[in-house]
Amino acid sequence: MNKLYRVVFLMLLLASGMARAALTIEITQGLEGALPIAVVPFGWSGATAAAPENIAAIITADLNRSGRFESLPDRDLIAHPTEAAQVQFQNWRMVKVDDLVIGKVIENADGNFTVQFELFDVLRGTQLTGSSFPTSRADLRRVAHHISDVIYERLTGQKGAFNTQIAYVTTSGSGQNKSYTLLVADSDGYNPQTILTSDQPLMSPSWSPDARQVAYVSFEKKAAEIYIQEVATGSRRKLASFAGINGAPAWSPNGRQLALTLSRDGNPEIYIMDVASGALRRLTNTAAIDTEPAWTPDGRSIIFTSDRGGSPQLYRVPVQGGKAERLTFEGKYNAGADISPDGRKIAMVQGNGGDYRIAVLDLDSRLLRVLTDGPLDESPSFSPNGSMIIYATREGNREVLSAVSVDGRFRQRLSLQAGNVREPVWSPFGK
Amino acid sequence: MNFKLSRFIVVLLIAVMSGCSSTGDKQDGSASIEDRGTSADGAITSGAAGSSSFGSYSLDDPNSPLAQRVIYFEYDSAEITMEGQDLLVHHAGYLVANPGVHVTLEGNTDERGSREYNIALGDRRALSVQRILELNGVAPEQVTVVSYGEEKPAAEGHSDAAWGLNRRVELLY
Repeated sequence: MNKLYRVVFLMLLLASGMARAALTIEITQGLEGALPIAVVPFGWSGATAAAPENIAAIITADLNRSGRFESLPDRDLIAHPTEAAQVQFQNWRMVKVDDLVIGKVIENADGNFTVQFELFDVLRGTQLTGSSFPTSRADLRRVAHHISDVIYERLTGQKGAFNTQIAYVTTSGSGQNKSYTLLVADSDGYNPQTILTSDQPLMSPSWSPDARQVAYVSFEKKAAEIYIQEVATGSRRKLASFAGINGAPAWSPNGRQLALTLSRDGNPEIYIMDVASGALRRLTNTAAIDTEPAWTPDGRSIIFTSDRGGSPQLYRVPVQGGKAERLTFEGKYNAGADISPDGRKIAMVQGNGGDYRIAVLDLDSRLLRVLTDGPLDESPSFSPNGSMIIYATREGNREVLSAVSVDGRFRQRLSLQAGNVREPVWSPFGK
Repeated sequence: MNFKLSRFIVVLLIAVMSGCSSTGDKQDGSASIEDRGTSADGAITSGAAGSSSFGSYSLDDPNSPLAQRVIYFEYDSAEITMEGQDLLVHHAGYLVANPGVHVTLEGNTDERGSREYNIALGDRRALSVQRILELNGVAPEQVTVVSYGEEKPAAEGHSDAAWGLNRRVELLY
């Protein structure tokens, strides 16, 4: 009987593991003025009936998810060209698309693949770009995301961020049987990979600038510790386990240092740690809470949360130390800063009248703009091209993720079939 | 049959509970002995010696103030209420009387706002409790502080009531 229970319990665990496998993305608010584009299903030549991945569907989903494009639904495709000679531009003008994507997937004799694509300007009737990518089966999705990046950049002038990843924390169960998982998935929610599981809280994932490592806080020893872990191999190193808080790790833009919060000297202060040697330098020194450091992209300043003025607000201090300048003045609660890749905007959690929303401060104009509706939004993280902010929110009693365009006009929701998901962090472009 | 059995258990429980309350006076009386031990400065050693056997008994006694091991806080505050201070005096008395006993103070917050700021806030709450224990004579080696911020709610849910229960420091012996 006991054994049977155990088996059932294991099966439940497995089932919950599968249920939390993939994040589902749903566009909840569209963008008017999105560019109309047609992505035709790619041609296929290979041994099996269909290509192992539907490249056109991946590109369509990427472009729609960016909020900048509106793809023609499959049922409205008037033709299915797979090479330039088959394209009749006047037909595509009739269905009112500005641009057209076609392509082919070819299975090679060695079992690898070649993916070809072409992008056309329908109005002018010209080819804008086209490429051919040799690839393995395992990398077909990555090639599709790369094609999305090329299309996005050619048509919007901004770098695409489709070939990136998101780290996040999920929880399942409750009370004593709660389990915490740290995962890394592709930015479209596919290919989720568990990098750590614990029965104690996991929090504050932070990507290294080369997108190869993640720093995080684990309470697995019933106290906070900071680890850095290689995503590909799973090998990890304990970086900080001082008495008290070991929290809020943030990688420097050059990858050699980590800003973090320690309370080993009495109360939470920000320190800079040399990752290779572990040498520490204390950056703040007040009787107040100083935490949640974020590096400016030039590596010269740290923006952090402090309640030295009586309520949590954001401040900026030179990395070498010095006087901290207060940055936020609107609202009683501004915390958890994330800085845009160009260094000109700060996303934060703003508390106002019991609601916690994501707001963005423009550092040039000093204008603050609230982007979300709350009431319990947190953990904002910019996409590496600066176009979107992903954050954690609630839907009823569930924790889900949302993403919003920086101008607030486009939204989507990322949720699990079961369980809670929180603390999303968008990876850098990597190297 | 089952129904009858459960009824019997309910009756039994009521009997046990009323039994407890009838001996409540006695228990309160014992608890005040501990007060005397901690409040009389010069008598600490004798008070400690006198209450050490009592102390280990009362930690498991549901009617002892030591059975209450949670201190609650206001929003974004680490200030300990008068009620909380009274409770901590009892715990300090027990710890002073039992220098071999160790307590872990777990600081917690409600779910609102930023997670790492909440870790810092939970830490500040636990440190407030630690300070009061130490002011009442508890040795620093007897106390460990850990903050879980909003990561370990006592009450699930997103109401004022749940948040009130989650803004807390738990004393774990």
